[in-house]
Amino acid sequence: MKTRTIEMIVLALLVISSVWAYVGKINGWHHGFVFSSSVSLVIMILLALSLVWILIRTLQDKLVGRRIVFLYIGVALSLPLFMSIDQPIKVSDEVRGVYQGLVDLQPGSKVLISFDYDPASAPELQPMAEAILGECIERDLDMIVLGLWPMGPQQATMALDSVMSRMGLTEQDVVYGEDFVNLGYQAGGEFVIQRMGSSFESMFKSDFRGTPYQDLPIIKNVKNFSNIDYSVNLSAGFPGTVEWVQVGVDRFGIKLGAGNTAVQAPTVYPYMGTLEKPGQLVGLMGGMSGAAEIEKLTNLKGKATLFMLSQSFAHVIVIAFIIIGNVAYFRGGRKSKLKGE
Amino acid sequence: MRREIPLIITISVGFLAILSFFSPPFEPLGEDFTLFFDIIAVFAFFLGGGNLMRVHIDKLIKRKKDWGFSIVTLVGFLVMLVAGLGKIGAESITSDITREGLFSTLYYNVHLPLGSTMYALLAFFVASASYRAFRAKNREATVLLIAAFIILLGSTPIGQMLTNWMPEGMSILEIPNLAVWIMSSPNLAGQRAIMIGIGLGVVSMSLRLILGIERTYLGKDSG
Repeated sequence: MKTRTIEMIVLALLVISSVWAYVGKINGWHHGFVFSSSVSLVIMILLALSLVWILIRTLQDKLVGRRIVFLYIGVALSLPLFMSIDQPIKVSDEVRGVYQGLVDLQPGSKVLISFDYDPASAPELQPMAEAILGECIERDLDMIVLGLWPMGPQQATMALDSVMSRMGLTEQDVVYGEDFVNLGYQAGGEFVIQRMGSSFESMFKSDFRGTPYQDLPIIKNVKNFSNIDYSVNLSAGFPGTVEWVQVGVDRFGIKLGAGNTAVQAPTVYPYMGTLEKPGQLVGLMGGMSGAAEIEKLTNLKGKATLFMLSQSFAHVIVIAFIIIGNVAYFRGGRKSKLKGE
Repeated sequence: MRREIPLIITISVGFLAILSFFSPPFEPLGEDFTLFFDIIAVFAFFLGGGNLMRVHIDKLIKRKKDWGFSIVTLVGFLVMLVAGLGKIGAESITSDITREGLFSTLYYNVHLPLGSTMYALLAFFVASASYRAFRAKNREATVLLIAAFIILLGSTPIGQMLTNWMPEGMSILEIPNLAVWIMSSPNLAGQRAIMIGIGLGVVSMSLRLILGIERTYLGKDSG
């Protein structure tokens, strides 16, 4: 059978099983699949044994192709979603710093949250957004959200809807315009932050729904950053945390916590401080692990905690294949046979 | 004059922007410049949208390679544009289109899953690329490989599970702590060096632009 035919059959089976699982859950045929601990353990042992088998085949100069690697990553990412294994999540000082920024606030304090990402980065940043918004609601803080990315405001709405649904709240509990406002997207990157430093209203004449600035009780007395008690930036690139630090923190002295994708987090580490000398950022949440840590702190376990098992599996698989690839490299007299495979 | 006028604009705006940052009396000028930027950005939106249409319509008419994808691009662009601007399906013109109407339906059911899927594909490509190219070829590559293993394990609970048996005095050797150390020491030093380098480069390039030494932005005939 041709490789392309096998690929098509596997793809069709995946689509059919996904549709069946989804339709079944919607119609109440089942309540989702969860493997028991024993089944999960058996699956993990089988995966480990199969990797050992691949290593043995590699030692016999029988190398696996990229399709096998794709298959393993697919399995490593999807199967843990059905496993009931609790993992210990250790909270880092960086994430604790973001959380502490919220803990230090009095009820009614104003928190500015900038949603500078789009759906592509949502799997990592959306759980952070939900945890932060959930904690703001819990502590009765006023939430002012905006986006320097066009899709940011939609992500904010989605995060708020999700967290309200999980906390069993309605629009009467979190009143738009009084407890929460979405100022929408504004083009201009760091220039938006710069102008907000002198006047929010000059940058946002109205909110996302078109309500005039002065008609919104939550912000009508907010002139500039001096009326904001704490800011959180959730960013996937430019404009994002770097711009908020360079303009918002350095020029206007805002207190800023940040959440970044795992790829971007290393680039904003220079803004973190030390125990002796606070930095420009009070805290930093990096990637899925950062999201899981903030979920743990806020007691609002969500997708990040769930996805951490997938991430653990995927990382182990990647490490295993790097080792296998290196075995092949050294076995082949340092001439990689895998190149271009 | 084709060269002189843009040069004069660049030099005067450059100097005024610097003055507005460092000299309080000129601060309102900086505010005005940001407003000018917004106005220019609006034109860029029109230009970007128009250019997208022009390129894909041209591809469609000339039946260039993969012209079918251009139909998807154009239909997607126009449908989202009309749905958002016209607030189609929303109760009123003041409705929140992030919650109701065709725009939100398309956003949550098409754009969101597609965007997440594209990003998720990275996992597969990174794994495949690591398998084929991440080799301990020399000392530097080996150090990089070990650091990658520590970061990969340290950013998951597995790293903690593997080394949480260590005594209190050796906690620095626990994988999550090692990962934090790599990020906050070697990585931080490297990132700071890069940032300082970029900063110096930006200052140097800006000075060249403001002083009229760098003229490539004026086009081929800039002399």
